[in-house]
Amino acid sequence: MKRKPKLNFPARYILMGLTILCLISVYVSLTLNLSGGPLNTVAGYVFVPMQRGINYVSTWILDKTEHLKNLKDVMEENKTLKVQVDELTSELNSIKLEQYELDNLRELLELDKKYPSYEKVAANVIGKDAGNWFSNFTIDRGTKDGVDVDMNVIAGSGLVGIVTDVGPNYAKVRSIIDDISRVSGMVLTTSDRCIVHGDLKEMNANQNILLTDLKDSEDQAELGDPVVTSNISDKYLEGILIGYISTLEKDANNLTKSGSINLAVDFEHLDEVLVILDKKETGEESK
Amino acid sequence: MKRKITIIIIIILCFLLQSTLFKTLSIASISPNLLIIVTSSFGFMRGKKEGLFTGFLCGLFIDIYYGSAIGFYAAIYMYIGYFNGFFRKIFFPEDIKLPMILISASDLISNLLVYLFRFLLRRRFAFRYYLLNIILPEWVYTILVTVFLYFILLRINQRLEKTEKRSASKFV
Repeated sequence: MKRKPKLNFPARYILMGLTILCLISVYVSLTLNLSGGPLNTVAGYVFVPMQRGINYVSTWILDKTEHLKNLKDVMEENKTLKVQVDELTSELNSIKLEQYELDNLRELLELDKKYPSYEKVAANVIGKDAGNWFSNFTIDRGTKDGVDVDMNVIAGSGLVGIVTDVGPNYAKVRSIIDDISRVSGMVLTTSDRCIVHGDLKEMNANQNILLTDLKDSEDQAELGDPVVTSNISDKYLEGILIGYISTLEKDANNLTKSGSINLAVDFEHLDEVLVILDKKETGEESK
Repeated sequence: MKRKITIIIIIILCFLLQSTLFKTLSIASISPNLLIIVTSSFGFMRGKKEGLFTGFLCGLFIDIYYGSAIGFYAAIYMYIGYFNGFFRKIFFPEDIKLPMILISASDLISNLLVYLFRFLLRRRFAFRYYLLNIILPEWVYTILVTVFLYFILLRINQRLEKTEKRSASKFV
């Protein structure tokens, strides 16, 4: 008995066919900057709810196991800590004074003032890059919540990344620590511009990102100076904190400097982020 | 049909675990590559064609979610699945040596290809560094996970083959 006649291609023809398909789609998506389109929509509805669930459960379990593990240590620690408390209270008083001064300085820098003026939406990180090479992640907000490509993503005190692709209920974010990320930055104290780029090596070794092409002819930039996104960046909004200069060296050309930046955001424990719904207005877009 | 659905569910499950749970359990920000285990296993357990399709699907999911160009990972994983298919003839389920060798080789090769195309071409020449800090740790972690995941996949495949044989013998 014969059921429906089956076409049976040898595997190597299928391989060739799919290879060509892959090459074409890589070429198309690189040249035309296209994203998955309908694939995104389908993938969004399949994965996002499940990712959200698993994430919730796994963090919950991790929390609980850590609680148990910690209980014993905590009892012992409690004793020693009580002694410390007395010492620290006296120290705290002096630090409070310094804090007050710091707050005043921050206000002067207008770091805090700049963010609230943008419209933002909170999102949860639901998945991280499947490999270990890049630092993309997905969040659980998409076009339905007004999120769109090229929107800036921040977390608490600083810049996290930029939305590179969006589905109906999720968005893909490339973080600034990713190896291919480039941000036009500016040293806040001197207004000198530089390029900030993620680097896998530096990130793994020191949890820093790199800074290059800093034009600082008068040697004014110092270690610890805050670096923010610059006004000439065409995708990043102006004045979002990236981090603080941690090392700085003169380049071989004697004109520019390069170094590394201590990040303002803890990327290791990134759970909640804010997407800024305002996009940078550039002349080209508003025509 | 049952086989196709099962494989798709396995891939989806592994993809989800890899991007969520195993990222939380990552050691020194390195997490294992479950999808390469799935691709490679179905390659040598079931042959070139199935390995090829499994790999293609695994890669496609990564592309859609985390890739920058659709088709890049799909192509890499597809070839890995295909070449694992060549070893079907010398594969025996009881022997864990061959699967271990093949899966670890697949993981190394896939990472080398990612380095070659996405890092070396952008003038990141510190190969030794990337080898020691990204490729090898992932390799070790993946092998550790393989010990568990491979037997689960093997069991699933054996069960599928049993039901397929039964339904095939009905029609003879």
